[in-house]
Amino acid sequence: MRCTDLVKRYGPVVAVDGLSLAVARGECFGLLGPNGAGKTTTIEILEGLLAPDAGAVEVLGLRWASHESELRQRLGIQLQETQLTDKLTVEETVRLFRSFYHQGPGVDAIVDMVGLSSKRASLVVHLSGGQRQRLAIACALAGEPDLLFLDEPTTGLDPQSRRQLWEVLAAFRGKGGTILLTTHHMDEAQALCDRVAIVDHGRIIAQDSPRALITALGAPRVVTHEGTLEDVFMALTGRHLREQ
Amino acid sequence: MQRGGARHPLIELTLARVREFFREPEAMFWAFVFPLVLTLALAAAFPSAADRPVVVGLVPGSHAAATRRALDAAPGLRVVELAPADERRALRDGTVHIVVVADDPPTYRYDPAQDGSHRARLAVDDALKRAGGRVDPWRAAEERVTVPGSRYVDWLIPGLIGMGIMTNGLWAVAFPIVNARLRKLLKRLMASPMQRWEYLLAQMLGRLIFLAPEATLPLAFGSLALGMPIAGSYAVIALVVLVGALAFAAMGLLLGSRPRTIEGVSGLVNAFQLPMWLLSGVFFSSANFPGVLQPVIHALPLTALNDALRAVILDGAGVAAVWRELALVSAWGAVSFGLALKLFRWR
Repeated sequence: MRCTDLVKRYGPVVAVDGLSLAVARGECFGLLGPNGAGKTTTIEILEGLLAPDAGAVEVLGLRWASHESELRQRLGIQLQETQLTDKLTVEETVRLFRSFYHQGPGVDAIVDMVGLSSKRASLVVHLSGGQRQRLAIACALAGEPDLLFLDEPTTGLDPQSRRQLWEVLAAFRGKGGTILLTTHHMDEAQALCDRVAIVDHGRIIAQDSPRALITALGAPRVVTHEGTLEDVFMALTGRHLREQ
Repeated sequence: MQRGGARHPLIELTLARVREFFREPEAMFWAFVFPLVLTLALAAAFPSAADRPVVVGLVPGSHAAATRRALDAAPGLRVVELAPADERRALRDGTVHIVVVADDPPTYRYDPAQDGSHRARLAVDDALKRAGGRVDPWRAAEERVTVPGSRYVDWLIPGLIGMGIMTNGLWAVAFPIVNARLRKLLKRLMASPMQRWEYLLAQMLGRLIFLAPEATLPLAFGSLALGMPIAGSYAVIALVVLVGALAFAAMGLLLGSRPRTIEGVSGLVNAFQLPMWLLSGVFFSSANFPGVLQPVIHALPLTALNDALRAVILDGAGVAAVWRELALVSAWGAVSFGLALKLFRWR
């Protein structure tokens, strides 16, 4: 998947400002940055939900304008703010999403994949935040996608729920799946991603493996603890992420 | 095509809609219980005109005792004593139909604009003159005929069915759509391979599932409990109900196609249906409105639906007699569906 020179404006505000990136098959790539940096706009352009004002997008070697229905069958998408229907059960929700895809595992297998077997018959309204998020991932996995888009998949979850979700994603990658995710949790990027791009003001200001970015920052700046991606981000943007 | 144990998306989407509805107790109340309660309440409040006694407000005067005796003796009159100060309010509120000042000769006070005041005047005049010694030159032979289906409640029930089809069609389709938009569920569905027309059609089909009980309950209640005659064939009634339901569901799609908030869609739906509650002959005949309004009134989908329902249920009309109404209702539905597809906001 690749995009080049993406631009998206909302009136006078430039949300994405000439952004280019490429993600290889089987890779887990993270878009990292504060709220308002343009991560969600970028991922929604890649998902074919927003049209860019300029720039080109190619996903699985295909373009949105000409191959939308084929792409929709092969992508798994989780959006940041979606609330699934409260009054449907876990199984009913997965069955609904599964019905949209020509191929993929059975409903039970999808529910198992995200560890919600014991909640199969529970209404969505009775699920915890972590369980709802795993259900959202289940809906994204329903068509056995080649590429998974995740927009802040673990925001607002407790540490245990985050680990459970990471395990689901690790299993997907184990089967050769590609992931593009956005996050503002540095530890998440460090734990999951092969490469990250740090985005601010709609541009990529640094791009490499988490380890390489930390190493490049150099020791002198990090005196009180072992270097983390958060230090890298602060050094690059002069801002503290969590204050956004 | 294998779907891993799932059925066709149109079926799954419709099922999702139906399940959501059945798990929402408030929606069940509005769809099923409310029309029945309304029918009962209105049947009690408006018995047929012949059952109602004329209420006479008697204001004491020089001949109070004799007047009272004469009025009490007459059938169909009920006398209440009134202080002069209460006269006007009693007339205005309709607690009395006429005021009689018991002098010699008496004075009748009534408001000709009030329903039933003329009937009251005739009855009172007749009773007092007869008591005063009037001799009738002859007596007509009277034959009382009860025309089936002529009571108010008989006329009302088809109107309530029409109103239910409209109200439930609009709410049950527009409201969940806006809710799904608000929850970003529409956007999520757009990100999947789901076809847009499948979603829109499923919302309309999901609404049809509740149609059978919704139309059957008031009909069965009217027929069994209130003795309402059903002159038309059930097949034609079902056809009219189905056409009406599809059309109003499509109008619900249109009303729900843009708003981003519950307040927004509530305002739209109310603005759309309130004029029809008043104008389209639900509670009282639309013939009461002045002639200049009639072309507008007859262009409204609920007027056409109510006319068709009454023609079929009360007069036993067939499809040939109501095709104009059905065509008008269908046209509203088709144009609404087309516009909804075009205008629909998926995010």
